[in-house]
Amino acid sequence: MRADRLTIATLACVLGGAALLAALNLLTPAGSAVHVPSFVISLVGKYLCYAILAVAIDLVWGYAGILTLGHAAFFALGGYAMGMYLMREIGARGVYANPVLPDFMVFIGWNKLPWYWYGFDHFWFALAMVALVPGVLAWVFGWFAFRSRVSGVYLSIITQALTYALMLAFFRNDMGFGGNNGMTDFKDIAGFPLNRETTSVGLMLITAAVLATAFVLARAAMRTRFGKVLVAIRDAEARTRFLGYRPEAYKLAVWVASAVIAGIGGALYVPQVGIINPSEFAPGNSIEAVIWVAVGGRATLAGAILGAVLVNLGKTWFTSALPELWLFAIGLLFILVTVFLPRGIIGLVAGRGAAALPEHEPAAANSAAREATG
Amino acid sequence: MIDGTILYLDGVTVSFDGFKALNSLSLVLEPGELRAVIGPNGAGKTTMMDVITGKTRPDAGDVFFRGDHDLTRLDEAAIANLGIGRKFQRPTVFEHLSVRENLELSLAGSRSTWHALFSRQQAAQREAIGATLQRIGLGERAAQPAGALSHGQKQWLEIGMLLIHDRTLLLLDEPVAGMTDRETEETAALILDLARDRSIIVVEHDMAFVRSLGARVTVLHEGAVLAEGSIEHVQNHPRVIEVYLGR
Repeated sequence: MRADRLTIATLACVLGGAALLAALNLLTPAGSAVHVPSFVISLVGKYLCYAILAVAIDLVWGYAGILTLGHAAFFALGGYAMGMYLMREIGARGVYANPVLPDFMVFIGWNKLPWYWYGFDHFWFALAMVALVPGVLAWVFGWFAFRSRVSGVYLSIITQALTYALMLAFFRNDMGFGGNNGMTDFKDIAGFPLNRETTSVGLMLITAAVLATAFVLARAAMRTRFGKVLVAIRDAEARTRFLGYRPEAYKLAVWVASAVIAGIGGALYVPQVGIINPSEFAPGNSIEAVIWVAVGGRATLAGAILGAVLVNLGKTWFTSALPELWLFAIGLLFILVTVFLPRGIIGLVAGRGAAALPEHEPAAANSAAREATG
Repeated sequence: MIDGTILYLDGVTVSFDGFKALNSLSLVLEPGELRAVIGPNGAGKTTMMDVITGKTRPDAGDVFFRGDHDLTRLDEAAIANLGIGRKFQRPTVFEHLSVRENLELSLAGSRSTWHALFSRQQAAQREAIGATLQRIGLGERAAQPAGALSHGQKQWLEIGMLLIHDRTLLLLDEPVAGMTDRETEETAALILDLARDRSIIVVEHDMAFVRSLGARVTVLHEGAVLAEGSIEHVQNHPRVIEVYLGR
């Protein structure tokens, strides 16, 4: 793979930034001017999880043109799979001290672990489910949707319905996933206590490494003929059929891969924020994630990461300073970006240094521009 | 009758809300034949191409390719992979891919997602792309996005996308629409050149262009064949003069 400047810069920011913050947290005394407090570490870890979700969305929306408005569902499912493991890890240390049943099950009077909780006491099993549950759901959903040639706004609406339906289901106590309280009070992960500083730093570094891996793999895949076919489908789907391609197969492949990436992002998110509940499925979350990608710049992957981090920095500031204005701010941001910055922030940078980018890169950004304004 | 034909249409009927776009259309194409199809708007020319390429399913009738492939049972991708290529009336290239990438996606070979992810371009494929770029005169524009090409160049790129695949049957829908006289002449020469080793159906309005191809002409009217023969024959055909030339 030919590494271009944008790829190198993105990797340097993600990995270098994470390593620097980790060092400043662990190696400097608490009173020092350059000390990074622990809450910043978990905050950055959370942003990096969002960036993983944004990369997943950029794959399907930026390259394949599938505007998903339900990707937070895959993120949340990965999160729940991890949450179930973390609940089983608590063991007898819960309020009710039941060695097998999580507290919320004891509370609603259950005396037997439901079958779908079996296996989650093993870390490897939970890791497999983190990928498998979102992947299988995406496969079933995509198989029906793409085969029936559902596309455009209709597909977007169905993805919204999917995440909304899951939210309602997970709100129910008798589903066995903790109802509206979700899962929390986690103690440790794979033997590492979650309340220890080194564990937070470790999780943040792992998240950065996973994000970098997802970014590099996605970028490499988008440079193969597979990635070019996706762009071709986005631009002229009918034409690809007459060349002998089956767009539904390509869409399904990228859709499932994207759901798995989103699920992994969700699984890293839960131990770092310490809770997972049905509000993660809220339709607004998925829409917000699409806005991150639009702000950063579609079909660039680097833009998705940048947008996710910047918008969430803004959200953190806004929700503490002017909490009631956040929704207006993000709505306004979306309108401004669509009208004045259709290629996103990366588009601004690429506009000046276009020669440094691979040949199809400015073109891809142009398409985002055309679709956003057209 | 079917054996030995490259394309065989018999009694093909397509209705849209009661309107018969094709009304028991029959047409036979011999291997290596170049055929021009003309007809007024709404005569069913594009619907005929849609049926052959699997975009539209006929209500009745048979469509066979090379004698034994029933095209009414296959989808667009399967038909394309049999070796039937189509050029649209409005040039449709992948605007955000480079000229070279447009040709790359059109190369013959596996269409599976797995293959697309892991196969590397072979030297022979690179050569084929280079040769096609020369032939359609876009060698210097290979790295540019196809969206930046002129209308005529897009038409040529689309023809290049068909010929790089080495298909056995090409359907060209108004290949010279919007071209300058010079481009039209060049295109006619290219089509005649292509016709030497494959079968081609050209749908066209431009009578001078059809004449320059010297091909057998089929006149469609209201979804059925009105006349068939040399250009002189059809131009002197009383029914053709009446309905098509409007005299």
